[in-house]
Amino acid sequence: MKSRVLRPAAHLRSARLASPSTSTPRLTLSARAASSLSQKPNANHVSFPGAVKSAFTHTLKYETPSDYPALSTYRVVDQDGIVVDESFKPDLSDDEVIKLYKDMVYISIMDLIMFDAQRQGRLSFYMVSAGEEALSVGSASVLAPEDVVFCQYREQGVFKQRGFTTSDFMSQLFANAKDPGRGRNMPVHYGSKELNIHSISSPLATQLPQATGAAYALKMQRLHDPSIPPRVVAAYFGEGAASEGDFHAALNMAATRSCPALFICRNNGYAISTPTLDQYRGDGIASRGLGYGIDTVRVDGNDFWAVREATKRARAMALRDGGRPVLIEAMTYRVSHHSTSDDSFAYRARVEVEDWKRRDNPITRLRKWMEARGIWDEGKEKTCRDETRSEVLKGFREAEAMKKPPMRSMFEDVYEELTPDLKNQMAQLKAHLEKYPDEYDCSEFEGGADSLKP
Amino acid sequence: MKLSPLRNAARRALAPSRTSCLTSSLAPSLTLLSRNYSSHAPNAKLNLPIDYATTSLLAHSSQAALATTDLPAEARAGPTKKMNLFQAVNDALSTALAQDDAVMVFGEDVAFGGVFRCTMKLAETYGNDRVFNTPLTEQGIMGFAIGAAAEGMRPVAEIQFADYVYPAFDQLVNEAAKYRYREGACGRSVGGLTVRMPCGSVGHGAMYHSQSPESLFTHIPGLRVVVPRSPLQAKGLLLAAIQSNDPVVFMEPKILYRAAVEQVPTAPYTLPLGKAEILKEGKDVTVISYGQPLYTCMSAIQRAEEELGISVELIDLRTIYPWDKETVFNSVRKTGHCVVVHEAMVNAGTGAEVAAAIQEDPDTFNRLEAPVARVAGWSIHTPLLYERFNVPDVARIYDSIKRVLDY
Repeated sequence: MKSRVLRPAAHLRSARLASPSTSTPRLTLSARAASSLSQKPNANHVSFPGAVKSAFTHTLKYETPSDYPALSTYRVVDQDGIVVDESFKPDLSDDEVIKLYKDMVYISIMDLIMFDAQRQGRLSFYMVSAGEEALSVGSASVLAPEDVVFCQYREQGVFKQRGFTTSDFMSQLFANAKDPGRGRNMPVHYGSKELNIHSISSPLATQLPQATGAAYALKMQRLHDPSIPPRVVAAYFGEGAASEGDFHAALNMAATRSCPALFICRNNGYAISTPTLDQYRGDGIASRGLGYGIDTVRVDGNDFWAVREATKRARAMALRDGGRPVLIEAMTYRVSHHSTSDDSFAYRARVEVEDWKRRDNPITRLRKWMEARGIWDEGKEKTCRDETRSEVLKGFREAEAMKKPPMRSMFEDVYEELTPDLKNQMAQLKAHLEKYPDEYDCSEFEGGADSLKP
Repeated sequence: MKLSPLRNAARRALAPSRTSCLTSSLAPSLTLLSRNYSSHAPNAKLNLPIDYATTSLLAHSSQAALATTDLPAEARAGPTKKMNLFQAVNDALSTALAQDDAVMVFGEDVAFGGVFRCTMKLAETYGNDRVFNTPLTEQGIMGFAIGAAAEGMRPVAEIQFADYVYPAFDQLVNEAAKYRYREGACGRSVGGLTVRMPCGSVGHGAMYHSQSPESLFTHIPGLRVVVPRSPLQAKGLLLAAIQSNDPVVFMEPKILYRAAVEQVPTAPYTLPLGKAEILKEGKDVTVISYGQPLYTCMSAIQRAEEELGISVELIDLRTIYPWDKETVFNSVRKTGHCVVVHEAMVNAGTGAEVAAAIQEDPDTFNRLEAPVARVAGWSIHTPLLYERFNVPDVARIYDSIKRVLDY
C-alpha cells in the first residue's frame, strides 16, 4: 500500500505509544482533548480532531481502491517445497517439525473418517478442514499454552496442536459422557479448559469482540499481577464472518483499547456457496486492518512456515508497548464441502476443486520440504498414515460405545445453580417419563431417567 | 443505527445532570418544557404528579432506611446518607471498583461521568484502565464485556439507553446467556457480567428514549433481569448483580435518577436477587409491579383504600426473572384478586407471565375470585405526545383495582 494510506495508521500508533501505557499501573488512555489541537497559522495540515495530520490539498481527487496494488502475500516455501524467503531459518528441530506435520496429517485423516461416519448416519454433523491444516497447526504452534484461543469451527488443527486427544475429539463428536459440553453442542463445537480454548459457538464472528475483551482482561490481570506471564488472545474466523458487524466492533475496540489480540482470518474463497466476489469488493480482509490502525499481514495459508513465521512475529508485536492488535489474513482454498449438510458442486466446478487439491496442498508442501531436508520419506509417510488411521478408528469405536451424559445435564448450567423453576421443570419431566415409559428411550443416558431426581 | 444529532439533543434534554452545562439562555426554556410535560388536567383528582418527597416508598429518614427488609445486619448498624438514584448507582459502582480489582466499568461516554452522571469521578478515582469510554458500538460493548467476563473479570457494561440494546441482542441471547451451558465441564461462564441500561419513560423520550424491554430478556434462560425502584434498592441490587455469578441485565428507571431521593446506608450491602418485596400488606387485592410504576400504584392504592374501605397488598418484584413466584402466589391466595402493573406494552409483557403462572398454579387458581388484570402500556410504540395516555397512571390502576373487586 502507498504511504498515503499508511499515514493515518502510523499516526494512530504513535498516539497510542505517546500515552503512558504499561509502565504505570494506571493506564491513562484518556481521549485527546480537542482543544489541544488548535490550528497553527499557515499550517499545511488540517487540525480537525478527527484527523490531525491530514495535509491540505488543492486538487480534488477521490481515492480509488484500484489505484493501489493488492497487498502482497508472504511466502516462505513455494508449491514445490523450495524455500523462497532467503532470510528464513527453521526455528524448530526436525522432530518438532515432524510432530507438527503429523498433527496436520492427523486432522486430514480424522476428517475423512468422520465425514464418512456422518454419511453413514453415525453422527449428526461434521465439518472438515481440508486445505486449511497448515493454517491452523502452523499458527497455533507459536502460541504459548497459556495464550487464550477463540475459534470459529474450522480449526481442528489448533485443538490438535495444543494437545486435544483422539478421545477428546471423539467424545465431543459423539456427545458422550466424557464430552465437556455435556451433549449440548453440535459436533465440531469443541472447547477445552486445560488448553485455554473457549468452546465454539455457531453464531459467526461473535467470538471476535469477545476476543478483544478477553485480551483486555489478560492485559489487566498482568497489570495487577506482574508475575503472570504476558499472554495474547488468538481469534480465528473466516472471510465470510468478517462481513458481520462484530468483526468491525472487535477490530475497532481492540485498536482503541490497545488489546493484545491476534485476529487470524482464514480466507478460503467461500462462505458456504458465496464466493468472495459476493462477500466484499475491497482488497480482501487485510486491507481493512489498516483502516482500523492495526498492523496487518497477508500470508500464504497453505505454507506452514509462512503462517508460523507471521504468527510468531504477530505475537511479539501484540505484546509490545503494553499491547496492541494484529491482523493476519491467511489465503487458502476450501477444498472440502462447507459441511456434511452441503454439496459444494452445486455452486462450484468439480474441476476447480480437483485443481486446487492437485496443485497446492499444504500437507504435501510441507512434506516436500521435509523430504528435501531428508527427514521424511515414503515409508515414514505410510507408517504415519496407517498408525493415525488405526488410532482414530479405535477412538471412534470407544467413544461411540460410551454412554451419553446424565439427562439432568439438560437443566444444569443454565444458571450457576438450578433455579426453583428449573428444579420444578426437571421434576415435571421425570414424572412425565414415568407416566409414558414406552414413549422414550432413556437407557443410553448415564443413570437413565433417575438422574432427573432433585 | 442511530441519528446522532437527534440522539445527542435528546440525551441533553433527558439528562438533567447536564443542565448545568447549558447556557443560561437555554435554561429557562428547559424549565418551561418540563413544567408543560408534568402538568395535569385542572380538575384531576387521581392523576396528580407523584410526590417523591412524601411517598412512603422512599426512606426519608435514616431510621426508615435501616428498617428495610433484607438489609444485612452490617448495613443496618451503620450510618446513612441522602442520595438520589444516580448517586446510589454511582456509590454501588464505586464500592464494587474498590472491593474487587476484577471490576471494570465501560460504555459510551462513561469516562466523563456518563450522560446521566452515574459514573461521575469513577475514572479519576479508579483509573482510565478500569473506567473507560468505548467506541460507539453496542454489539462491541457486549462482546467485549462477555470476553472479559469469560476470562475472569467482572465487567459492568453500560448501554446508554435500553432502547439501544438491540444491536447487542445477539451477544446477550446467543452468547452471554448460553456461555455457561455450552462450556459445560470446561467451567467457563460470563457470570461476572452486569449490563446496566437506563429504561422507562421520562415524559418526552418518545420511541427511542422510553422503552422498557425487560420482557425480551425474561424470555432468555441464563440471564437475570433486575429493575430497582429506589436509590437504596439500586445500590443493594446493583452490588448483588455485580457479585452474582450469573449475567445480570440491570435496568435503571431513568425518570428516578434525580427524582427519587432517600436515605441510603453508606456501608456496602447487597439485596437478594430473585426475591420479591412486600411493600405494603393488605387482604383484598394484590398489586404487583416493579420500578417506577410502584409509585403510581401506591397513589392509586391510597385512593382506593380511602374511598372503597379496602386494603391492598403491594409487591415489588425487584427481579423480573427468575422471579419470586412463591411470594406472589402466597399473596394472591390470600387476597383472591390480582392486578399486574408495568410500563412496557401489555402483549407478552411481564404481566402475561405473572398472570399465566398464577392461573397455572392449582392452589392459587382455586383462590382467584376475579381474572388477573393487567395495567400496562398499550401495544404500540412509545409516542412523544401521547405518553400520558400510554403509561399506566393512577386513574387506570385505581379503576383496575375497583374492577377486579367488582367482578
